[in-house]
Amino acid sequence: MAGWVNPLLDSRDKRLPRIAGPCGVVIFGVTGDLSRKKLMPAIYDLANRGLLPPGFALVGFARRDWADENFAELVHDAVRDHARTPFREEVWARLSEGVRFVPGSFDDDASFDDLAAVVADLDEQRGTGGNHAFYLAIPPATFPVVLKQLARTGLAARNSDQWRRVVIEKPFGHDLHSACELNEIVNDVFPEESVFRIDHYLGKETVQNILALRFANQLYEPIWNSNYVDHVQITMAEDIGLAGRAGYYDGIGAARDVIQNHLLQLLALTAMEEPLSFSPGSLRGEKIKALSAVKLAEPLDETTARGQYTAGWQGGTKVVGVLEEKGINPESTTETFAAITLNVDTRRWAGVPFFLRTGKRLGRRVTEVAVIFKRAPHLPFETTMTEELGQNALVIRIQPDEGVTIRFGSKVPGTAMEVRDVTMDFRYGTAFTESSPEAYERLLLDVLLGEPSLFPVNAEVELSWKILDPVLEHWAKQDRPEPYAAGTWGPPSADRMIAAAGRTWRRP
Amino acid sequence: MIVDLPSTTTSAVNHALIDIRERGGAVALGRVLTLVIVTDDSAQVEQSIDAANEASKEHPCRVVVLARGLKRAGTRLDAQIRVGGDAGASEVLVLRLYGPLADHGDSVLVPLLLPDCPVVAWWPGAAPAVPAEDPIGRLAQRRITDTAAASQPIKALESRRTSYTAGDTDLAWTRITPWRALLAAALDLPPHEDVETVTVTGAADNPSADLLAGWLRSRLHVPVRRRTSPPGGGISAAVLERRSGKVELVRPDGKVGTLRQPGQPERRVPLRRRPVRDCLAEELRRLDPDETYQAALQALTEVDGRRASPTKSPLTAQTRDVETRTDQ
Repeated sequence: MAGWVNPLLDSRDKRLPRIAGPCGVVIFGVTGDLSRKKLMPAIYDLANRGLLPPGFALVGFARRDWADENFAELVHDAVRDHARTPFREEVWARLSEGVRFVPGSFDDDASFDDLAAVVADLDEQRGTGGNHAFYLAIPPATFPVVLKQLARTGLAARNSDQWRRVVIEKPFGHDLHSACELNEIVNDVFPEESVFRIDHYLGKETVQNILALRFANQLYEPIWNSNYVDHVQITMAEDIGLAGRAGYYDGIGAARDVIQNHLLQLLALTAMEEPLSFSPGSLRGEKIKALSAVKLAEPLDETTARGQYTAGWQGGTKVVGVLEEKGINPESTTETFAAITLNVDTRRWAGVPFFLRTGKRLGRRVTEVAVIFKRAPHLPFETTMTEELGQNALVIRIQPDEGVTIRFGSKVPGTAMEVRDVTMDFRYGTAFTESSPEAYERLLLDVLLGEPSLFPVNAEVELSWKILDPVLEHWAKQDRPEPYAAGTWGPPSADRMIAAAGRTWRRP
Repeated sequence: MIVDLPSTTTSAVNHALIDIRERGGAVALGRVLTLVIVTDDSAQVEQSIDAANEASKEHPCRVVVLARGLKRAGTRLDAQIRVGGDAGASEVLVLRLYGPLADHGDSVLVPLLLPDCPVVAWWPGAAPAVPAEDPIGRLAQRRITDTAAASQPIKALESRRTSYTAGDTDLAWTRITPWRALLAAALDLPPHEDVETVTVTGAADNPSADLLAGWLRSRLHVPVRRRTSPPGGGISAAVLERRSGKVELVRPDGKVGTLRQPGQPERRVPLRRRPVRDCLAEELRRLDPDETYQAALQALTEVDGRRASPTKSPLTAQTRDVETRTDQ
């Protein structure tokens, strides 16, 4: 009813959690890693925190000859092994009452008719009220057939006081053209406001903290521009290889897998202007503006780098090179390291390069945004006194060891005046919580509440591809990516790339 | 690591803290608040520290326990510092105050507060009549009491009501957050009709049931009736009457709630009594005045059928230990 206000809710009543209204989640691809390690534990954790509605339903769909009990067992084990909060029998008992399983394959009409019947049944028995989220934890190639089935069986249709939402995971296409195609297919069945694209980075507390750091403080905003910032480095390094994901990764590569979504989202949050408010609309508006201003630095030969890891020693273990990994074409030219240079063509960022890099089998697992400041314009010291002074830096550590580091010069104790870099550290773990919610918990709850702030929209996805496409095309015309030994920080061309701009990579 | 400092002074304690930081790197600088636990020197000390350590995983803090020992003894301060594995994500200072010093806990506390950070005072057992005017309460931005742990809960609730000051809060209020959230979510569903009357059923001496009734009264402005159920059971039901029928949340066994409302199937929901550590973690999540609690307190006088100040059977007072005391 329009204009009706729940008399029990009050914005001043901050301890009252928002519980999602009656609803259910249907997961496609329940046997996959994502479902078992992230989704199901997140659903349990939400239930344990009392944030799921009474009568919540969870439906699994997969090609298995299972009954509801078998699926409940899979969920139980996934929860036991991976949930963040302690296992409580009474919570599990209530949750498992709403667990259903539908066996079948995506091209089988009959099994989707079964699914529709199960969903209708849940509305009846559990009171899910016709509100359902469809989580596609499946390869994108299977999206069209599943979406078509959802449309055919009327599962995607809703009447006025119900909602149906679809949740999709990256990759959102493999270039601009395919992304537009995918968006069209999805939007054919679900309107854009019902589409929730998961970029799990955006569910991380530290990423949301970029906004708090920038816009809640007086300290940083005045220097957050080209007057003071020299350049920005955004790094996402993994120490693992392709283990198990080779089939997915071959032909995709580091740039499509990570830069297109995570790193460009981090760039948008770092570079955007202050939003008018934190409403989803203004936040997206600013991110889209920032992404629209992003231009590739040219020539691409000198401003980009890519590589493939070769066999080597990493952290005390002997590991094979990418071309020897199981499931990879030994002739593959898929890059496992990618670095690009971007400019943000706005008054705020004129002349400040943004260096983005990502890779597998790098030195250690780390994701961070490093804002490197210019040197002080004048140093009233003798040069010998400041030989060890580097550039000031503000580093937002996204994972692991979430927090913020500031690097600045400090006097070395002693009779001589000598200045050296020191670090000041803020750790989330010590200031707040060890038990902060997992990204998927936050994102799933937002899906159920219909709160779209943390999900990239069509326009953001398409803009990101528009930025990256020329690089991908350029690379496609080159030979093999440059090799780099596993356990190092990438190929020499990455160092040459940043050296050409007169900077060096920081060691994260 | 546990360091004992018998018969000591606060400057020696501060000194020892810096020492420990230099040697072990146990950092106090990232702490977000100082939690002061005021209690008698009894079994309650360890129970409260356990709860605080659990809560500190969400809110790393310095915990200062002021344990009042024998007043007839000579003046003495015994201190114990716990860091690392013995203190969760916090550092714990247990200060035992003997003799005349027992009445001057605030003088011991001042040098041990973290710079700038908010101070939260918590009385797990008996609380001062007016927490905001207590010497330790005055140092704190937020004062947590637990009327359910008082020897006369309803009388304690009355005194909280008449002396409410911004920053006061009550674990009896914290315990009903899940009830409140479920009732609010239930009203979100159609039909969006006005609530006409409300009944809250719970043990006569249960302050949480009173606060739930008070909250509903303050939000809905309709007649709210309080009914009594057998002692020890906490809240057993909340019923909101609307034209189309009742919205009913009942919890007969203290574990699982059942939600009934017209046009919807019956739903069951886990609704166990919350342990103290959960309540404490929730309390520490916000440090500004809780206006909703204030409104609920003040609406208590408008609730029908509430026992103003019942006499409490001494038997229940003795047999209830900390866990079962968490009646909601």
